[in-house]
Amino acid sequence: MHAVYPLTLAALLFAVGVYGLLARRNAVAVLMAVELMLNAVNLNLVTFSALLRDQFGMGQVFTIFLITVAAAEIGLGLAIVLMLYRNRGSAAVDEARELGEDGALGLKRLPAPAPPADSETDKAVAS
Amino acid sequence: MSTLALWIPLLPLVSAALLAAVSLSDRGRKAVPAFAVFPTATAAVLTFVVLFGHGTGAATESRIRYAATGGPELWLGARVDGLAALIAVLVGVVATAVQLYSVTYMAHEERYTSYSALISLFTAAMLVVVYSTDLLVLLVGWEIMGACSYFLIGHHWERPEARSASIKAFLVTKFGDVPFLLGILFLAHGAGTFRIEPIVRHAIQQGGHGYTAAGAILLIGGVMGKSAQIPLQTWLPDAMAGPTPISALIHAATMVAAGVYVVARLYPVFLVTTAALWILGIAAALTSVAAALSAFAQRDLKRILAYSTVSQLALMVGALAAGGRDAAIFHLMSHGAFKALLFLGAGVVIHHAGSGDVDELNAHGLRKKLPVTFVTMTVGLAALAGLPPFSGFFSKESIAGAAYETATHSGPATSILPLPPSGIGWLILVATLLTGFLTAAYCLRTWWMLFWPLERRGVRKVPEPVGALPAPAFDEDAGAAALEALVAESAGNAAFAEASSMKPGTEPEAAPARRTGPEAPLAELSPLVVLAVLTTVFGFVGLNLGWFPSWLGDADGNAYRTAAAEAGKLIQPAGAYHLAPALVSTVLAVFALLLGAGLVAGALRSRPGTDPNRVLGFLRKPAREGFGADDVQDAIAVRPVQLAADGVAFLDTEVVDGYVRGSGVAARGLGEGLRRLQTGNVQLYLTGVLTGAVVIAAALGFGR
Repeated sequence: MHAVYPLTLAALLFAVGVYGLLARRNAVAVLMAVELMLNAVNLNLVTFSALLRDQFGMGQVFTIFLITVAAAEIGLGLAIVLMLYRNRGSAAVDEARELGEDGALGLKRLPAPAPPADSETDKAVAS
Repeated sequence: MSTLALWIPLLPLVSAALLAAVSLSDRGRKAVPAFAVFPTATAAVLTFVVLFGHGTGAATESRIRYAATGGPELWLGARVDGLAALIAVLVGVVATAVQLYSVTYMAHEERYTSYSALISLFTAAMLVVVYSTDLLVLLVGWEIMGACSYFLIGHHWERPEARSASIKAFLVTKFGDVPFLLGILFLAHGAGTFRIEPIVRHAIQQGGHGYTAAGAILLIGGVMGKSAQIPLQTWLPDAMAGPTPISALIHAATMVAAGVYVVARLYPVFLVTTAALWILGIAAALTSVAAALSAFAQRDLKRILAYSTVSQLALMVGALAAGGRDAAIFHLMSHGAFKALLFLGAGVVIHHAGSGDVDELNAHGLRKKLPVTFVTMTVGLAALAGLPPFSGFFSKESIAGAAYETATHSGPATSILPLPPSGIGWLILVATLLTGFLTAAYCLRTWWMLFWPLERRGVRKVPEPVGALPAPAFDEDAGAAALEALVAESAGNAAFAEASSMKPGTEPEAAPARRTGPEAPLAELSPLVVLAVLTTVFGFVGLNLGWFPSWLGDADGNAYRTAAAEAGKLIQPAGAYHLAPALVSTVLAVFALLLGAGLVAGALRSRPGTDPNRVLGFLRKPAREGFGADDVQDAIAVRPVQLAADGVAFLDTEVVDGYVRGSGVAARGLGEGLRRLQTGNVQLYLTGVLTGAVVIAAALGFGR
């Protein structure tokens, strides 16, 4: 079989994964997109392993490793998503922006609670 | 003898070091007068030993090579010719007199130790200048003197006018020292060495071309700065803010004479450069007359003496310009004695009366209270005026005689170098006579104002009680100042009294505690008497044709022989060595003296209650302010420098600091921009990462 088929498939899978990662709002869908990208890489590894007639099958070994790592990752990720949903009542990725800078691009200005230490120093400077 | 001379400057130097050590520790303050007086007195005795050991012989020199430079070498050494030996004696005697005088005069001063240390250091530096065989070593002493002068003028540094006067003196003299240094380098380049003797020989052989001429003209800058000639004369009157003994030592007798001394030391260099002689002559003529007018118009005793010093120094410089080296040195020595006498007497007067204003002193009846000071200051003023039996008469006569000789000399020169152009002679002769006229006038005025109370229609007949200042009758602004002082004192407001007494020009000496009881301590009166005796008898050494010239030697350091002078084998024609009064110049000068004295006497008789300097008329006000020389310097030097300083400050604060501040502002702006990208949206970040990865991959891929 010509190598172009699995490689094209892998590229398409990766592209779909990138799209999902960047564009989907649901955190579960984002995790699934990450899985798609990992599996695109897996496909590439297996393809090249076969194509290059790898004596030790290192590509396939890596694939097995990757599947394991991906399983662990999805377990961890789903737990985070679960906690996110429990705390916020929503699993939308783009709503979890508490770490954003105040007044950053496209972000509504949050009602900033004035830290008391700062205001005291301000007073000290003013007096 | 030159070997001994090599070690003489070390004595005052050791004294200065000891005193500096004492001033740093708490112990040994009782020994300060001994440390101050005895080394200086020993040095003075040794200068006499050197003088008599040298006698009338040719110059001797002992030197050590200080540094082998590869170029012109530096020599530490002493070159003793008659000129150096005589001036060293003057320095030693006046320095000893001043140290002795200061023992009691400055005893109440907190900083007496450092004060006497600086005097000793100054004496050492002046002796280095006098004896040095190497022009660069001379320059070192010259600059140390300038620094000591700066410190000593600023002795009362609590007072603002003392601080500004010291800075002014330092800057003005340093302004002249820049061309002085260049002149030394030019002369050394021309002759290939810094030693005086080859430089002088080179000048005699080569004439006034090239490096010699340029060096001579440049040296004049330093001479004008140190000897307070126009246009650098303004620092000397202000320097009276220092203690009175300092005025006597530095600003009357020795340091200001250093300029004259250097010209005399390198005299052939100047004699072959006619342009330098003209510059010296014109500056001296202007300075002597203008300073004499200013002295006439001053109210303050020390400023009168300061301006008269400027005027007399100008006469010496004029004598040098007119070819009268021996006359100039003769006057330098007699002037050193009588001007030191006058200043020390002024110190006694100021200590006694607590004021230096002649108009106030007038009411104190000082003639009865200070008999010794009266007699000695009378001698000093008579010598300054040029009254016949005193030294000033003979030395001024010799200057007028030398100028007359140069002016009328015609025919072939019977000497190695010709006399200066006759025009300089006429110029100096006229200036000398005019100055003699004015000097007689202001001496009589000063004497009268000091010692003979003017009858003032009941206002000021009675000497007022201690503490009250008499209101001057004729001067509005000073009257207001005195009134202020009265008000302040009656209110008991010490701070206000201090502030009002700090008005520039009204009181040069920090009003010391008035003395009661006897006239003054013996330590102050004995220098006065010694100097008065010297002033009385010193003039007669000029009478004999051979005495003073043979002690002084020839201009190139060789011995003077009357026969050689007649045969034309000396540097200058025979007439230049004759110091005895000539008939024509004597008649003219005595006439000028009588005219000046008569003018003041007439003014005193016609309106007895007033200051006789009203005869100056419209000149009185500009003359009192030194003819606006301060304003001219302000416009030419001070304001441009301040503008340039403002420009530099602008460059620093606005341009250089602009870059520094700009880097901070740019970093903050950059940080602000980056901060605004932190939206908190993870997907946006990832988009950025992906874009970056694609761009890098594309660049690597297509860049290949």
